[in-house]
Parts: sequence; C-alpha cells; structure tokens
Amino acid sequence: MTTSNTAKNTQAEHFVAPYDAGVSFDELPDSAPSSRYSPSWTGWLGITIVGFWVFIAIFGPWLAPLGENDLPFPDDYSEFQLPRPGAWLGTDESDRDVLSRLMYGAGRTIGISFMATLLAYFIGVVLGIGAAISTPRVDMIVSRINDAFLSLPTIMLGLVVVAAVGSSIPVLIITAGVIYATVVFRLARALGQEIMVMDFVEAARVRGEGRWWIITREIWPNAAMPLLTDFGLRLIYVILFISSLSFLGLGVQPPQADWGSMVRENLGALSYGASVIPVVAPALAIATLTVAINLVVDDISAHSGGKLSKRL
Amino acid sequence: MARTSDTNDVIFEARDLKINAVRDDGSELPIVKGVDFKVRRGEVVALIGESGSGKTTISLAALGYCKPGLKFAGGEALLNGQDVTAMDTEELRPIRGEKVAYLAQSAAATFNPSILINEQVTEAPVLHGSKTREEADAKALSLYRALELPDPETIGGRYPHQVSGGQLQRLMAAMALCGEPDLLVLDEPTTALDVTTQIEVLKAFKQVIKEEGAAAIYVTHDLAVVAQIADHIVVLYNGEIKEAGPVETIIHESEHPYTKRLMAAIKPLPEAGLGEASNHEHMRDAPALVARNINAGYGKGPDGAPTTMVLRDVNVAIERGKTVGIIGESGCGKSTLARVFAGLLPPSAGDLELDGQPVAPNLAARTRDELRRVQFVYQMADTALNPRQRIKDILGRPVEFYGGLTGAKKTERVNELLEMVEMPPPFAERFPHELSGGQKQRINLARALAAEPEVVLCDEVTSALDTIVGANVIELLKSLRRETGVSFVFISHDLSTVASFADEIVVLYAGRVAEQGPTDKVLSPPYHPYTRLLISSVPEMRTGWLEATVASQETITGLTGGVELTDIGCPFFARCPLAIEETCDTTAPPRRVDGEDHVIECHREVGDLLGGG
Repeated sequence: MTTSNTAKNTQAEHFVAPYDAGVSFDELPDSAPSSRYSPSWTGWLGITIVGFWVFIAIFGPWLAPLGENDLPFPDDYSEFQLPRPGAWLGTDESDRDVLSRLMYGAGRTIGISFMATLLAYFIGVVLGIGAAISTPRVDMIVSRINDAFLSLPTIMLGLVVVAAVGSSIPVLIITAGVIYATVVFRLARALGQEIMVMDFVEAARVRGEGRWWIITREIWPNAAMPLLTDFGLRLIYVILFISSLSFLGLGVQPPQADWGSMVRENLGALSYGASVIPVVAPALAIATLTVAINLVVDDISAHSGGKLSKRL
Repeated sequence: MARTSDTNDVIFEARDLKINAVRDDGSELPIVKGVDFKVRRGEVVALIGESGSGKTTISLAALGYCKPGLKFAGGEALLNGQDVTAMDTEELRPIRGEKVAYLAQSAAATFNPSILINEQVTEAPVLHGSKTREEADAKALSLYRALELPDPETIGGRYPHQVSGGQLQRLMAAMALCGEPDLLVLDEPTTALDVTTQIEVLKAFKQVIKEEGAAAIYVTHDLAVVAQIADHIVVLYNGEIKEAGPVETIIHESEHPYTKRLMAAIKPLPEAGLGEASNHEHMRDAPALVARNINAGYGKGPDGAPTTMVLRDVNVAIERGKTVGIIGESGCGKSTLARVFAGLLPPSAGDLELDGQPVAPNLAARTRDELRRVQFVYQMADTALNPRQRIKDILGRPVEFYGGLTGAKKTERVNELLEMVEMPPPFAERFPHELSGGQKQRINLARALAAEPEVVLCDEVTSALDTIVGANVIELLKSLRRETGVSFVFISHDLSTVASFADEIVVLYAGRVAEQGPTDKVLSPPYHPYTRLLISSVPEMRTGWLEATVASQETITGLTGGVELTDIGCPFFARCPLAIEETCDTTAPPRRVDGEDHVIECHREVGDLLGGG
C-alpha cells in the first residue's frame, strides 16, 4: 500500500492520502445496531432443562405411568424399594411410585411458584413504579411500609400466615406473592426513579402527558427488560420458598405431591431405607430447575452487556 | 527528570496498525485500516477526526488496549520499540502507568469521589513500586506547581468535589504524569470545559508536557485546540489517515478534501456582523415570549423562597421569528432560565407572558395549547429520545397530542417533519440507537417542531456533536428559522456558534444578566468585562494564540476563579479587571443603556468599557 509507506518515512513532512475529487464524507454511524439474542451453549443447556421441566409440569399427569397415590405393587408392603420394572425410581415411604409423584409434583411446584411470582410482579411493579413517580411524601410512606415487610424473615412470615390461615394452594400463592412483592417493589422503584429523570420522560411531561401515558409508554418499556430478567431469578427464590414451606409441612398438603413435601415425606429413606432415590430425586429436580433458570438468566444478562447488569 | 533531547527518539510508532470489530456471527469489520505514524520525545501528535473515525481506538492501542468487541488484526504498535499489541495482560501491567498514561475526557469520572486527591495522584507509581511514597508526594507537589494549581501544598489533601472542574482536569494530568511516563494519551481532555477553563488547562498541559519531556498523543475533534498544543496533526476518517503533517502545514496548506471540510466547519471567531439577520415577515406586535424580573432557584427555604437563588432579576423578550442566544460559563444559570421558560421550574418572582398573555409559571397549570407553543430541545439526544420507541412514534406523538392527527394524516406529517430535518422517510421505522449522533439531534429537533411551536428552547444542542455534524445542525436551524418563523432560544457556552446564529444575545453571569442586546452590539465595544473575557477566550485557528492570550491582562484576572453565586454586589467582582473596591462588591450593578436596546449591567460608565476592544 503506497499510502502507508509514504506516511512511515515522512512523518515530519506532509502526507496526503490519495482521494477522488467527488467523494463526499458522510456522517459516520454512531454505533453498530445491536444484535438479536442468540444463546450460548450454557444458555441452550439451561433452556433445554427448563423446557423439559415445563413440559413435565404441563403434561406430567397424563404421561405418568400411575396416579400420584397409586401403589405400583399393591401386594408388597415394603417401603423405599429400589427401582425395578413398574416403578422406575423405586417406591416411597407409603409404597407409592416415586416417578409418578415426581411428575405430578412438577406441575404443582412450578405452577404455584410461577403464579406467585406473577402476583409478586403485579403488586411490586404497580406499587414500585407508582411510588417512583409519586410525590416524595407518598413515596416515603409506601417505601417505609415496604421496608418493614422486607425486614421480616420470609420463611417466618410465611409460616405465621400459613399456620394462621391454614394451608391451601391459593393461600400459598398469595402468601409467596405478597412476600416477594416487597423485593420486586424495590427493584421496580429503583428502575422507575432512574428512568424518571431521563430527558425523554421530562420531555413527555413538558409536552403535557398524563401520568398513565408516562408509566405505560415511557417508563414501562424501558423497565420491562431488566424486570423480565429479574423475573427468572425471583422465580427461583419462590420455588425454594414454596419447597421449604412444603418441607416444613405447611406447604402443599398430603396426599398431594410436590417436590418439597416429597423430600420431607421420604426423609426416613436417608437413615433406614433401601434406596435414597425417593428423597434425592425431588431434591435433584429442584436443583436442576433452579440452576437451569439461572443459566438462562445469566446468558441473557451477558448478552445485554453491562447495561442490564448495571441496572440490576 | 532529565531526559535526552534527541529529537529522533521515537517513543511510539504505529506500523500499518489494523483493528477489527468482531461481529456476533464471528465475521470481522475493519475499524482501523492500516495506520502509520510516529510520536517522538517532546512531541505532541494530534489525532483528529469525527466520532467513528477510529481516533480513540488508535490512541488506546498505544496502551495495548482494545475495547470489548474489538481486536488487533495486524501491524504493530511499538512503544519504546516493543509491540504492545502482542503482549498479554501480565506484560502490559508494568508498562501501563509507568511508560504510558491515559487521560480520559471526564476528570470527574476518573477520580474516586471518596478518596483524597493526593492519594489518587500518587497511587500508580507507589503501587508499581517505581517510587517510594515520599518521592511520589514530592513529584506530585512539583506537578501541582507546574500545573499552576492554587495552594499546591494543600490541594492534594482535598476531595475531588472540593476543586473546580478545570482544576480537576489539571489534577488528572498530574495523576497521569506522576509516574513519569514516556507517552501520554489524552482523549478530548478539554472538550467538556468552558472556553475560559479550556485556556488554563491547555496552557498547563502544554507547559508540563514540555517540562517533563514526555511525548503525547492528543485526541480531539477541535482543530483550534490542536493548533495550540500539537506539533503534528494526523487527520483520520473511517479508520484511515487522510492527511498528516506539521501543524502549520495542515492548517495553512491542507490538501485533502476531508481536511478542507474539517477546516470549513470551523466556526469563525465571534465578531460583529457575522449573524445572519432574520427577516421581519413574521414580526408581530407582541413578542412570542416575555420574561419579566425573573428570580428563580432551587430548594425551598422556610419562607418559601429558594434556598439557592440562581437567577436574579432577569428580563428577556423573545420576538417572533427571532433567535435569542444565551451564553455564559457552566453554572451561570443558562439552563435554569430555559427551564423557567418551559414551566419546569416556576420562578419565585417575576412574570411570564406568551404572545402578550400572562401564562402560568408551572407546567401543570398551563393549557395544552400553551404547552404546544413552547418546546424544549435537550442537549443529549441520547437520553432525550425514548430508546424503546420508533422514530415514527417519537414524532407522531406530539402530532397526535397537539394536532389531533391520526392514521394516514399523522404518517404524512411525520414524513414532512423528517423531510424538514433532511432525513429520508424510511428512517421513521428505526429506533434511536440505529441513528448517528447528528441524526438523533435532528429527530430531537423534529419532535419539537412537530408541535408547531412558537418558541423552541435549544439547550446546548450542538455541544455534544462533532464539528462538522454540529455545523450541519446549525445550518438546519437557520433554514428552519427562515421557513417556519419559529423563535429560537439558543443556549450555548460556545460564543462562536451563538454569534453566527442569534439576532440577540443575553450574556448571563452567575444568574445575572451581564449584558444583553443585538448580537452586533454585544460583540462590539463597549463590552461588559465578562463579555470581553468570553470573546477573548475563544481559541483562534493559529499557532501562538494561546501564549498571546494568557499573557494579556484581562484574561489573567478573569481566569482565576470560577462562577460563584453571590447575594450582594456584582458576582463578577472577583474576576473583573475593572472592579471597583467598595462598590462592585457591595452594591448590585446598575443597568446602563448604550443606544436603544443594548444593556450593560456594570458600575463602570459605558465610556470606561470602550477601551481595548
């Protein structure tokens, strides 16, 4: 390349690159357009596992070899049996088929958690963004009430509520939803405040837009992405919360199966059972699902780069 | 530290340096396409070009650093003969901070606000073990002196927020130089500063680079600044060198059309008679917007008055179809005034009138039609446009909101608006991040025009743009003014831009009007001493200007000290070469009228202000 040679030797002198007389110099683009999300292999792994469990959660009751309370070997009264044909994951403390209960439990654990997280998001986002755009006084009152709730240990609060009201699936969903709404509230409020001070929101206010427009058109679209990512993380906490409650006996009530209560029911297997599968299998199910959700969330965060992690 | 003054001592050399961006699908896009240049000891080489030209990428290569998503794709970047592009992090660590130091654009972002300045300045050499703490402290002290910082013995014991912006910028230079690097990389170090501050910083940089015998790469888009500080200029466009040579040659005998275009985009010095007189066809009796005796500030004290009073007794009338320029350094209340006009900050005293009718001071009490008439254009188009809305929605909303147009009529109007700001209709489908900086600013303007306003408030709309792009936006504003008859309030700290565009100028200092009147009168004697300081601080496109300016009397006085709000007397007292003790510091200056509409607020008689122009 002749141009570079000239420059190399003649720094002190004048160098002019060759040019065409008619060429115009357009404004250079500011930055490359952002690319679509394509998962890395860890992302795909996470998506596969989550997809698998969601599939089981929805179709489990139809696919399960037996009903959740059916006995695979009605004539054989020994508990915690090792896997064998007819009960591929062995039997539990009441001689029921572990595989079938696991498949029924998937729907309950995932379904309750998902509904509870949705509820937490609905309450948290509405109040959080509402607080962010209210007057400092209203914001202060709502935030301090939220802080008070936040200071209570989640499991304790859950135990007290469930013990007082009695356990049923709607109670579990509402309890978990309200408890986790406090965390979502803080995030939504912080995001809302950050977006509130952006010039485009002020531009909307100067234009004379109402509060509803500002929330739904200016703030929400910009808060949605980080909130959706957090949704995944929050879902993990709620799964663990619901499972913990079930493990403590205050969650899903027997004879209904869910992963947390399965671990509790079959604890005996650890000390004197022939097989530990009845307690390890539901525990592994919880672990794989939560880790897989985490993988997906991490992968999406990594794709959005610093922006999203900064906001979170 | 004594260094050999061998002029052939090459500190840094880029040899056919290539840097590529890596796309998601693994394909590569060349960003820097084979660049060659040398930096010798004691020499300042300026890389100039607009954003996207690769100038920052090249300068970072001198540190062996590539931004995420970029990679070295060929050639060499030799620092003291070693190729830094081939080194790994472990090898680079001792080099960075010791052999080469980097000065970022924003000192405020570089300093940790909670650590004492001295500790941060001396951190690198002490950490690298090249100096003991005592040596580093001694070096820092000598640098503070060389950089002419006030109270050099004690300034290191302050926190970053306790010094002014210009001082912090110089302290950042001290931080970079403390390790006595061979090469200094300066990335737009004065771009964010006021003209007056820019002078002191440039002067300090130039002096200290010479004294330390370091070499420097100076990245900027401002040719006038380059003329003051650089020995060589390298002109970049799209990752290629278009022209390179000594400063004098590039400035006076540039050959490449791109360099010529850069030169052409340089604004002429602020002088009387440059302004394009706007026509009178849109004139009506009542001014579009009048502000009378405005006092405004922030915070709320017990008596309901603002705790920090910013604006005091400001009177401005914006005639229909005219442009009023508001100038002053940062902290003078320019943006506060615009916020008062827009209704975002209700004044604590004074009245606003729209079209002869009184208008509510705060936004919420204004009718939709009153809101429509005053539109605000923000400085940063990046934050002013909702990143999740398409251009058609951004422009379509005010059309629908104020004009009530929907469907095909709305689309038609959006296309009209795009045409007005010289952008093709397909852009309507894009998101803001798919546009260049200049294009975003055009959309920002178009949104204001979509309301069919009577007054458009432009807050530093060209300050964040490159020279050429900024010049294009000004051209656009001029043509819009001709076509639409809209009045503009043009806020800027750049006097040259205002001079070429405004019919009338208001010079604000610390919330008070120092001088106001028709552009030509404000820019010719008699001057308010502050106006004179501003005019003389605009860099000229010739070498030696910096030295000549800092030597002149009025700038010496004026450069010491920053903008401070005062409750009594003339706020400019401390910086004024013509200040009268016992008068200027105790009594608010009277309004002196020179001719029909030219007002100067000063204790000096108009005749006293004529001299030395």
